[in-house]
Amino acid sequence: MGSISVLLVGKVLPYLEQELDKRYNLFRGIDPSQRAAVLRDHASSIRAVVASSSGGPDAALIEALPKLEIVSSFSVGVDRIDLQKCKEKGVRVTNTPDVLTDEVADLTIGLILAVLRRICECDRYVRSGNWKKGDYKLTTKFSGKTLGILGLGRIGAAVAKRAEGFDCSICYYSRNEKPDSKYKYYPSVVELASNCDVLVVACPLTPETHHIINREVINALGPKGVLINIGRGKHVDEPELVSALLEGRLGGAGLDVFEKEPHVPEELFGLENVVLLPHVGSATVETRTAMADLVLDNLEAHFLGKPLLTPLV
Amino acid sequence: MAEEEKVEGLQQLKHENQDLPQVLVLGSPTCLQTLKQLYSHKFRFLIPNTSLDSLYPLTAPLSSISAVICSASFSLTAPVLRLLPSLRLVVTTSAGTDHIDLNECGCRGIQVAGAGKLFSEEVADMAVGLLIDVMRRVSAADRFVRTSCEAATWDFPLGYKISGKRIGIVGLGSIGMEVAKRLECFGCTILYHSKHKKSAVSYPFYNSVIDLAATSNALVLCCALNEETRHIVNREVMLALGKEGFIVNVGRGSLIDEKQLVKFLMDGEIGGAALDVFEDEPNVPKELLSMDNVVLTPHCAAFTSECIIKLCELVAGNIEASLSDKPLITQFRPSRVFYSSARLVLVPSCSPSSFW
Repeated sequence: MGSISVLLVGKVLPYLEQELDKRYNLFRGIDPSQRAAVLRDHASSIRAVVASSSGGPDAALIEALPKLEIVSSFSVGVDRIDLQKCKEKGVRVTNTPDVLTDEVADLTIGLILAVLRRICECDRYVRSGNWKKGDYKLTTKFSGKTLGILGLGRIGAAVAKRAEGFDCSICYYSRNEKPDSKYKYYPSVVELASNCDVLVVACPLTPETHHIINREVINALGPKGVLINIGRGKHVDEPELVSALLEGRLGGAGLDVFEKEPHVPEELFGLENVVLLPHVGSATVETRTAMADLVLDNLEAHFLGKPLLTPLV
Repeated sequence: MAEEEKVEGLQQLKHENQDLPQVLVLGSPTCLQTLKQLYSHKFRFLIPNTSLDSLYPLTAPLSSISAVICSASFSLTAPVLRLLPSLRLVVTTSAGTDHIDLNECGCRGIQVAGAGKLFSEEVADMAVGLLIDVMRRVSAADRFVRTSCEAATWDFPLGYKISGKRIGIVGLGSIGMEVAKRLECFGCTILYHSKHKKSAVSYPFYNSVIDLAATSNALVLCCALNEETRHIVNREVMLALGKEGFIVNVGRGSLIDEKQLVKFLMDGEIGGAALDVFEDEPNVPKELLSMDNVVLTPHCAAFTSECIIKLCELVAGNIEASLSDKPLITQFRPSRVFYSSARLVLVPSCSPSSFW
């Protein structure tokens, strides 16, 4: 398979890049000028693209690769990939569901606790020597609170399962109500936000869910409400979120994703009721390795004419 | 929340009613402000503003004090207790009682009331939060984001998975059980060490903390501090836990040999530690202050605004019970107490088995 040309367009685990290099004729096209050079010379030979949450093939790129057969994404979210174009062109698409569900759910609970119990702030308090001057102030209990989940898919359900251990009440909003679910359903995001203490964004990013967290939802969540985003930055109207936090219209936020990563609104840096993470939802040694293996296994299956393991298209 | 409104709505009562029962408050407990707001119409709180040796200026002589409220940061030793000859009740605002000379109390018939299980959920929540933070590098990542605004890309070290891991709980009392319940929902395997095996519990029991550490990915310390548990996490235990092992301590600082822990963290012999308690609070070993694989919090695992109101209710309830000769709500009953007829003889403290 060493002669099969593969184009890498998103940042991935070094282990994955090394393996792709070993097994295929790998071209790196993460950087726009790098990509332009590759396309100029090799566009007609590329049969596979490896994408990630930081970069994926849009319609233009797909059109520019006449021999493209498969896009394998090192992520579960595929908002960077033009799925419609792939369908039209008969290009297969795979992602990495399930292997990162637990990881992201673990981090979600960690984010909630970090915000409500001010763990990062407390750590700063100790490191700065302030504990010698006096105790840290009271924080807010998590156990027993009401958790609202936007998107009760694999990750949303895993978050709910963990929150049950804290005696939380769970409610959710989803495109369609899930008849088998024991959790309370709300038919709109605003209603969900009005009725929960902590709102977790756990749905895929699509044109319908772009800025699904807007001013109205934020105001409904309220001055004691906490927003946790482990989905995509574009789920949230970020300027609205920032002004709500600065004005005290929202109680707090735990954010693992942002609209223009790695850019984070600097106004948030001075706030003690936010926790800001560099998109580490799936960032464990164990899971990134499993994701990489899934990308490699999907590519191998495709080129051997076997069924794909985790196809989306 | 309704409870917050209740506190804010009450006014500070101005009175000098000498008939109210006097309660001496030692150690500046976190709940003091709320206690005064809620119960100044029932008790006269006396707060010393000088050191113990000269408990002035108090408007009432110490000889008539029958009730003391004490925080965990105050050492209620025999010499202090002897300054209070009429003392009948000590109410501590903590679940732990290692700061109280229980033998002296026992000899004198002084009842001791603690916080019981009041904080168990709060502390368990914090323990899980600290575990996730240290294994997934949450606080380190937050620091990284706030200081890397000029970076073109985010290059941050990977953390370790928590789901499905083996968690060794040291002390399966009320707090330990709440931690176990939460981590079970993460698919973790729960193992434990306790003074005695608990027949009603199905988690695998380990008689030795070293054996527990050897088979666990992380240890969570939830037991009381007493003579038997002091430095229960020592050099051998930490070596058994290993280079990818993590420790969370929400018990007492002295459960861990702190000097050894610092050395092992510096040498990479242990994966990381999340500590809410330290051997000499509020002092924290300076070597820890620059480490990214530790999380440090200022002994605040119990303190939420929700529990403070409940704590005040419990404290007041215990005092009222004592004053009316009724059973205390959360009387602390040690399993073994050494009594001596010669009251000035120092006796070793007992170990409360019910707590671990």
